[in-house]
Amino acid sequence: MRETTGPPRTPTAPAPTTTAGGAVAARRARRISGLGLMLLLLCLAVLASVLVGARGLSPGTVWLALTSTAGGEADIIVNEIRLPRTALGLLAGISLGLGGALMQGHTRNPLGDPSILGVTFGAALAVVLGIMLLDTTTLYTQAWFAFAGAAVAVVLVYAIGSVPGRGPTPITLALAGTAVSWMAYSLTSGLVLLDQSTMEDFRFWRVGSLVGRDPAILGPMLPVVVLGAVLALTNTRALNALALGEDTARALGFRIGRARVTGLLAITLLTGVTVAACGPIAFVGLIVPHLARGIVGADYRWLLPYSALMGAALLLTADVLGRFLAPPGELQVGVVLAILGAPFFIHIVRRRRLLSL
Amino acid sequence: MTSTLAPDDARQRADDRLARRGRAVRMGPVSFPLRPRLVAVGLLTALVLFVLVVLNLSVGSTFIPPDRVWANVVGTSYDDYFTIWRVRMPRVVVGMLAGAALAAAGAITQTIMRNPLASPDLLGVTHGASAGVVGVMAFGGSYGIISGPLADIGVPALALTGGLAAGALCYGLAWRGGIDGFRLLLVGVGVSTVLMNLTLWMLTLGDVSDTGRAMVWIAGSLAMSTWQDALPVTVALVLVLPLALVAARTLDVLSYSDEVVRSLGVRLELARTTTLVLAVLLAAFGTSAAGPILFVSLACPQIALRLARTSRPPVLLSALVGAVLTCAADLLARNLISVQLPVGIVTGCLGALYLIYLLVRGNRKVQA
Repeated sequence: MRETTGPPRTPTAPAPTTTAGGAVAARRARRISGLGLMLLLLCLAVLASVLVGARGLSPGTVWLALTSTAGGEADIIVNEIRLPRTALGLLAGISLGLGGALMQGHTRNPLGDPSILGVTFGAALAVVLGIMLLDTTTLYTQAWFAFAGAAVAVVLVYAIGSVPGRGPTPITLALAGTAVSWMAYSLTSGLVLLDQSTMEDFRFWRVGSLVGRDPAILGPMLPVVVLGAVLALTNTRALNALALGEDTARALGFRIGRARVTGLLAITLLTGVTVAACGPIAFVGLIVPHLARGIVGADYRWLLPYSALMGAALLLTADVLGRFLAPPGELQVGVVLAILGAPFFIHIVRRRRLLSL
Repeated sequence: MTSTLAPDDARQRADDRLARRGRAVRMGPVSFPLRPRLVAVGLLTALVLFVLVVLNLSVGSTFIPPDRVWANVVGTSYDDYFTIWRVRMPRVVVGMLAGAALAAAGAITQTIMRNPLASPDLLGVTHGASAGVVGVMAFGGSYGIISGPLADIGVPALALTGGLAAGALCYGLAWRGGIDGFRLLLVGVGVSTVLMNLTLWMLTLGDVSDTGRAMVWIAGSLAMSTWQDALPVTVALVLVLPLALVAARTLDVLSYSDEVVRSLGVRLELARTTTLVLAVLLAAFGTSAAGPILFVSLACPQIALRLARTSRPPVLLSALVGAVLTCAADLLARNLISVQLPVGIVTGCLGALYLIYLLVRGNRKVQA
């Protein structure tokens, strides 16, 4: 009954070595095999994303299309539609999973979602301004506006949420992020309502989707995601310590300010580039860390890789399902995630124990 | 929390301090701490609210000086009867009441959830209401089919039904031999997400002009407010707000962890369920009056908390702040530019700006 409200499971930074050595080894083995299982699931999702769709392709055809440059119909489908879409989903899923876990760690709030930092709505505001003032209609140009907007929003949130000389506390950070988000959201809605043609462009941007995005975005996206992921993984030990409270973390010798800056930078890069590439895809960043925490526990060194893999698998699966749910068209991945993902999430919340933060 | 566990001398000192300041009011069996700052801030907020109401009545497309407004209100003049009593008054009353109801609901929710980011949105209420209304607007063939009195009663009734149903759904799904705060929060997130995305999806299906109208409703608008809209939310406030004030002590206790609540002898499930129902009712009726006016339920409790420097968001002050914010926002929404903006967009901006100001000014540790 009361599993979820217990004290936060201790982040096992220094593993107890003396008596429980066997148990620790067993747990590590379990975690590693779990990671392998995730990877397998992700591979299946990737395969499905390439093979399945309005026109199903056999693995042989796909292989042929990949290896030769014959230029047939299958060639075009695979190389110009399915592959970029799958790659985009992969990168976006990894980014959102990592970003969500980082965000929940830094705000220590179960409602922590990458968008809380102002990233999503900052990006939306920039996109709308771009459409209105400069008439940017191509999604590729809009992506740069989105990234710039996301970055500006995060800097603003950090500045507002910081106690002078001490950096942000979880509560001020979350509140500042929410305030900035809402302001950007209000401005966006106001501008869109005043100008119907902008709304016509914008209402499709704001439903996040993997399809119809310019594959050229993948080039600049990849290094940003890699950089963000590396920063995120260097942040794990500090997050474990921060879960015990800032004072404890400081007493353990961690530099709080630096850890926060690293974490927020990683979140900005990961989510900013995802919003730029796919539009706002909500929910992945919010639920994946909770699901991962339910499986692997609160140790961020494991939680982050799990979240990354689960995020990508979930996003790709939702995208594949969206290709069938509303024939002859498709459902956008954000909608599928919400409509199928949320009930699944609720089921998990009801059935399994989730660790509170 | 510490006072129950503190050593005797520490408790004695705390009692002495309290006694010296005389900060308790006793009336027979009832006693409550007197918080001068809370009272002062409350009175000041009420004054600001009064000024804003007067401004709302006199400023608009035609300016009516305050003395003529007064004459019309007390009934010694009927020159501007239509403008005052039929157009501006319902609008300001509905705005005030809806803002107050949403903010009070937010204060209760944030206290129960012990989370400054919680709002009645997370109880499913606002998104349920939006989904219901947008669904009819998108698929019901715009106002062509539901028109006239049906549209007047239909949209608020639909919002109320949608909101209450979603609230009940969240509660039912989170129930597992008892309600766990954390589980309720996560279930609420799930349910809200489903409803919100359904709404967004329906927005892409509809005709673009219907989309515009639906988006105005989603943002919260007072443009079409009539006396009819004011009645349900008035009843809800009159009935529910006093209950919420009676429950103030329970709320004080509920802001601690479950273990502490139980050890203080409070029946946790009962207390939480009752206060949650109060919050859901306030939020649902507030939403049905004017749409989910954005950000009011999230920001106002935090603003009230920082103004009064209490340990949890004070319910009554939050309601007052909610009314002030909505009235101020509507004043701007009507007069700022030539096109009337939905009030929710301005509350978002104003509320966010003010919250940011308070955050920057007093960046100290505050609990919600």
